[in-house]
Amino acid sequence: MFAGVLHQIMSGIATGGIYASVALALVMIYQATHHVNFAQGEMATFSTYITLTFINAGFPYWIALGIAVVLSFIVGVAIERVLMRPLANAPVLASVGVFIGLLLIVNSLSGWFFDYTIKQFPTPFPDHPMLGGYLSGHELGSTAVTLIVLISVYLFFRHTRLGLAMRAAAFNPVSSRLVGVRVGWMLALGWGLAAAIGAIAGAMVAPVVFLDPNMMAGILLYAFAGALLGGIDNPLGAVIGGFMVGVIENLGGAYLVGTELKLTLALVIIVTVLTIKPTGLMGRKVFSRV
Amino acid sequence: MTNLLEAKGLHAAYGETKVLHGIDFAVRHGGVTALLGANGAGKTTALRAICGMVRTRGEINLTGKRIEGMATEDIVRLGVAQVPEGRGTFMELTVEENMRLGAYTRPAREATQDFEHMFEYFPRLKERYKQQAGTLSGGEQQMLAIVRALLLRPKLLLLDEPSFGLAPLIVQEIFRILARIKQDEGVSILLVEQNASIALEFAEDAYVLETGRIVMAGSSSDIVKDEGIRRSYLGY
Repeated sequence: MFAGVLHQIMSGIATGGIYASVALALVMIYQATHHVNFAQGEMATFSTYITLTFINAGFPYWIALGIAVVLSFIVGVAIERVLMRPLANAPVLASVGVFIGLLLIVNSLSGWFFDYTIKQFPTPFPDHPMLGGYLSGHELGSTAVTLIVLISVYLFFRHTRLGLAMRAAAFNPVSSRLVGVRVGWMLALGWGLAAAIGAIAGAMVAPVVFLDPNMMAGILLYAFAGALLGGIDNPLGAVIGGFMVGVIENLGGAYLVGTELKLTLALVIIVTVLTIKPTGLMGRKVFSRV
Repeated sequence: MTNLLEAKGLHAAYGETKVLHGIDFAVRHGGVTALLGANGAGKTTALRAICGMVRTRGEINLTGKRIEGMATEDIVRLGVAQVPEGRGTFMELTVEENMRLGAYTRPAREATQDFEHMFEYFPRLKERYKQQAGTLSGGEQQMLAIVRALLLRPKLLLLDEPSFGLAPLIVQEIFRILARIKQDEGVSILLVEQNASIALEFAEDAYVLETGRIVMAGSSSDIVKDEGIRRSYLGY
């Protein structure tokens, strides 16, 4: 019994890592724009197809992933510059409309270019169980990759000039301009980073759930639950929330509701957080004068 | 002495609401100019217009270069630093990070050396260096805003009501330090103030604004002497 629970918690942490990175990508854009990019998951799926294309073309796994990450970054920046920039002062619903449009377009592009059949995606990690059989090689490896990504993002934001400027632009765009920060480019950079993180998350999750154009739909929901649970404006909170949702999902699926109803847990978390503590566990209360 | 900044026929509007109706003013090289007037006269808008933060019409010259219509970031990079209304503190960031942002456009190493120099003016910020800026008192945030602007190494410093919401003793302290800064750094200053008496003491030239028009311009001493202007517009 205990070994079983432990096993569920460990693999919950492994999938939670994926949710954490997608949640982080969501928060990155939310912080800067106060919008949730609904197309984040579909963009990650498309990036995963790009990785697969380069792998099939004979590139080594990590090189292929590296190329996809760089391309995703560029496309992320381009989307902000071309699609979101003109909407900078538009009402919320206009942005939401564009996000949903983007979701449908990217989803269809995935299907159009790479067809709708479910594809296998390779893992670069060994195939045998590790840590005394509690985790598969891929679970352990993908958790490690996720942690490396999260720590690098943290270090980038804490300890680089550009990271500081991006945080400043998110908190206080007016003051940022007055010290010479190019706020528009910081937003574009945020989009690029979010897309790049999505590319990695996609490659880590694809070997488990298999690759098809709708691969990220469920994952985005869990990630959104994680981001809300931790606090949608707090990157660290979103990461912790992502891991928690992974564990809750796995334990709930195994002992509470069964695997078929697992996705419902994400919705339950979303509704619970929004009704009881809308700021999330680590979010900041925002007051505005009217 | 020539002028560092010259505005000619400057109009400004927020959407449909026109706030400035063609005003002329100038800041001399190494000089201090004050814009005075009641609430809503357009003083803050004039500063925003210089930094490209509102829609404007008319001419703004910075050392002979036309800057109207340029992006805020580019105007700032030409050496125009603004201490904005409400101080513009990055509340969520530390004092150190606020200062690093002030020096954002300069090489990091050079700027860090400047930090010590800034602490000579405002030793209190050194004590607060690692603290979250949102926890500072109003006076300390004003000091931080001035330091953030100075770290840009500006030619022109725009100050928007540095006395706002501060106790009289702290206002005096800040203006005493500003006078030192003006001496030592060779920076020209455009000061917007509601507190006319302290502003006229600090500035050499002054303009009095009323609802977007200039009603008097001249040296500070002339304006102090003009009892009519003092009573009707400056309220003391």
